[in-house]
Amino acid sequence: MTVLSVQGLTKSFGALKVSDAISFDLRAGEIHAIIGPNGAGKTTLIHQLSGSIRPDAGRILMEGRDITRLPVPARARRGLARSFQITAILPGFSVLENVALAVQARSGSSFRFFRRAAAERALNEQARASLGAVGLAGIAGRAAGTLSHGEKRQLEIAIALAMRPRLLLLDEPLAGTGQHEAARIGRLIASLKGQLGIVLIEHDMAAVFALADRISVLVHGRLIATGSPTEIRQNSQVRAAYLGESEC
Amino acid sequence: MTNLLILQTLNGLQFGILLFLVAAGLTLVFGVMDVINLAHGAQYMLGAYLAAAFTALTGSFALGLLAALPVALAFGLLTERLVIRRLYDRSHLDQVLVTFGLMLMIGEGVRMIWGSAPISVNLPQVLSGSVPVYGNLRYPVYRLVILAAGLGAAGLLGWMIHRTRLGMLLRAGASNRDMVSALGTDINRLFLLVFGFGAMLAGFAGAMMLPLVSAEPQMGDTVLILTFVVIVIGGIGSIRGAFVAALLVGLVDTLGRSFGPVLLRTVMEPDAASQMGRVLAPMLIYILMALILAIRPAGLFPVRQ
Amino acid sequence: MSARDAVMLALVALLAALPPVLQLLGEPFLTVIVTRALIFAIAALSLDLLLGYGALVSFGHAAFLGIGAYTALILSGRGVTGLELQLPAALAAAGLFALVTGAISLRTRGVHFIMITLAFGQMAYYFASSLSAFGGDDGQALRARSTLFGADVLAGNSGFYYLVLALLALVWLFLRALTRSRFGRVLSGTRENEARMQAIGFSPFPFRLIAYVVAGMIAAMAGVLLANHASFVAPSYMGWGRSGEMIAMVVLGGMGTLTGPVLGAIAFVLAEETLARFTTHWRLFFGAAIVLIVLFTRGGLLGALLRGRK
Repeated sequence: MTVLSVQGLTKSFGALKVSDAISFDLRAGEIHAIIGPNGAGKTTLIHQLSGSIRPDAGRILMEGRDITRLPVPARARRGLARSFQITAILPGFSVLENVALAVQARSGSSFRFFRRAAAERALNEQARASLGAVGLAGIAGRAAGTLSHGEKRQLEIAIALAMRPRLLLLDEPLAGTGQHEAARIGRLIASLKGQLGIVLIEHDMAAVFALADRISVLVHGRLIATGSPTEIRQNSQVRAAYLGESEC
Repeated sequence: MTNLLILQTLNGLQFGILLFLVAAGLTLVFGVMDVINLAHGAQYMLGAYLAAAFTALTGSFALGLLAALPVALAFGLLTERLVIRRLYDRSHLDQVLVTFGLMLMIGEGVRMIWGSAPISVNLPQVLSGSVPVYGNLRYPVYRLVILAAGLGAAGLLGWMIHRTRLGMLLRAGASNRDMVSALGTDINRLFLLVFGFGAMLAGFAGAMMLPLVSAEPQMGDTVLILTFVVIVIGGIGSIRGAFVAALLVGLVDTLGRSFGPVLLRTVMEPDAASQMGRVLAPMLIYILMALILAIRPAGLFPVRQ
Repeated sequence: MSARDAVMLALVALLAALPPVLQLLGEPFLTVIVTRALIFAIAALSLDLLLGYGALVSFGHAAFLGIGAYTALILSGRGVTGLELQLPAALAAAGLFALVTGAISLRTRGVHFIMITLAFGQMAYYFASSLSAFGGDDGQALRARSTLFGADVLAGNSGFYYLVLALLALVWLFLRALTRSRFGRVLSGTRENEARMQAIGFSPFPFRLIAYVVAGMIAAMAGVLLANHASFVAPSYMGWGRSGEMIAMVVLGGMGTLTGPVLGAIAFVLAEETLARFTTHWRLFFGAAIVLIVLFTRGGLLGALLRGRK
């Protein structure tokens, strides 16, 4: 089954075409990586998929339904979660509250005005489960703003998981993390395989080729190739345009 | 009726031009420095007081006006150095509070020096007459002088913004702040210059108005709020937007006050119409602002992407 | 119980004991001044919901104070003096005004929002100035003080004082519950990081609008009390200077803490009264104090108090 179908997505900023008729399909349970040199338009693509930037043309279908015109929160409520290239957490909230808020978003109305939210056991239990999955259960009580960069990355994934998404967009989840943390986040992503569809943007090629089921190569806003990791490795056009460049 | 319409249109334009002079500095300070400055109205008031003081000293309004300008500029530069500079990396809330405190200080300082009673200045003989403009309609010379001086200043500003390197930097800064530092410009000097110049323009507007309204400690407050409306309607950071919006606000406010009741009389009883007109007229520009923002939240000429 | 809850509890206990002590000291008039401070504390609490929890810098909050005050003036002029009728009417009027102006101004962010709320506040000010039947620019004296179910509770200074204190405590408890509820958590979340809140599925707008309406209604309640306190209502109640003062109360007290703004309001009104006794130019010192405090300290009064304790 196709979780995400991108059809002819096009976006320009002035004279610069940042997305040029991008099309690809993502099957449920698969990890689809988008790679490409800096400035190829990867983050702009993620923004269009998540809804914070409107495409000029093309369609985005999630589970067969057109979401091209839906705003960000509506997409999130349909099961689309994302991490940000620059981590976006609630720094003044505790780690647990960051995740509990994501649970709250999908369980019951938030227009409840008197009962203390921090005392809702159902929210906290599900939040703890997500934190356990990413290995942050031990620091649930800390203020999120005081976490290390790698821990914030893990927290973002915990928040995303707490939404019980069917589609997850990860924008450079390994960027800026140490070797140890990167390995841990890599294992975490691998463990999600088969449960939901993931669009992964990442510069760490070793991680991409180890994790992805399919890889698309984005250069100057255009997908020049899509295929399995083996196919991409052997594609001469890709080697010329991108991989060769990054190896030397 | 036609005469009244022409008269009030001229008044509206003159009021609008005045608002533009005050708004120009404010919108640049917002656009380029991202600082909200509530003390800007106080600069306008200060300009009027300085002109009044120098007029009393020299015996000539023209000399008084000329002498007020460098002092207003110096005061603006000093304010930037002492206070505003510390606000660039602060939240808008902190900026609001600090400049609010500054405004209280300037207002009270003016009261201490010049007292609370209004100070008026007589027009020089040459400017106090009126000239025929249309048929038997005459218009005060001085108001035309304000209109001309304001248009001149606006033209100069427009030339500066669109034709000089400084203007290029300002436009770049208003649409993208990082760009200015990337161009290798000394940001601190640029900000100092913008702030001081904006303060001087506001002071110039206050000084020009002096013969018409007389200097009062509260005179800056009303003008400040109106300038806010102007730059919100025009689009923050846009000089062109400020110009269009200032004329719009000036015209709507002036014409609304004189013709609102007349128009209302066509649909309701005369008594009710004049009552309704009195209530609605002062609210008109705020309703205008609300309408424009409901359609274009970033104003008529949005600058920042 | 958190430290700020403890500070509030101690403060309320202290305030409850104040009128008899002032009576003993032969300064009963001070009760009247403290009453005024407590009324502003209610208004500051409502503004804290916007500033401290919603990160919405509203510069038109005095309009709601004025709406409450004018409701009391208009109703008492028609012989309706019961608070049981005046308060609901004031809340309804303020709620409606907040709903309309909030729906427009909350479409914008940052500096735009500050200036638009300021402009709406001035609009209310000019509207009040044009009400010639109610004194226009000069304002008008209240025909009769409000009553509560026919009882003249506001007639005596200490009766008025305790009513205000009780309402202050109630509003504090109400806002404490509200800010810790699911709703409050979302509102605070939009303050922390709006993009993140949207990404997990929340549209900030309805939460902000509800907060704006609730804050406006509470401020209107303070306005009804303020009209009774001065026995007089004028457009100057909603001047933008008043809005600025309320922001100063909240920030200098410590925003986003509820208890801080209460302290801030009390300190502000008492400082104003004290300074005004020594010099007619108190605004000069007041302005300077605001500038220096904001530039060189952080965390407000409550922050300083709690740090000092540790």
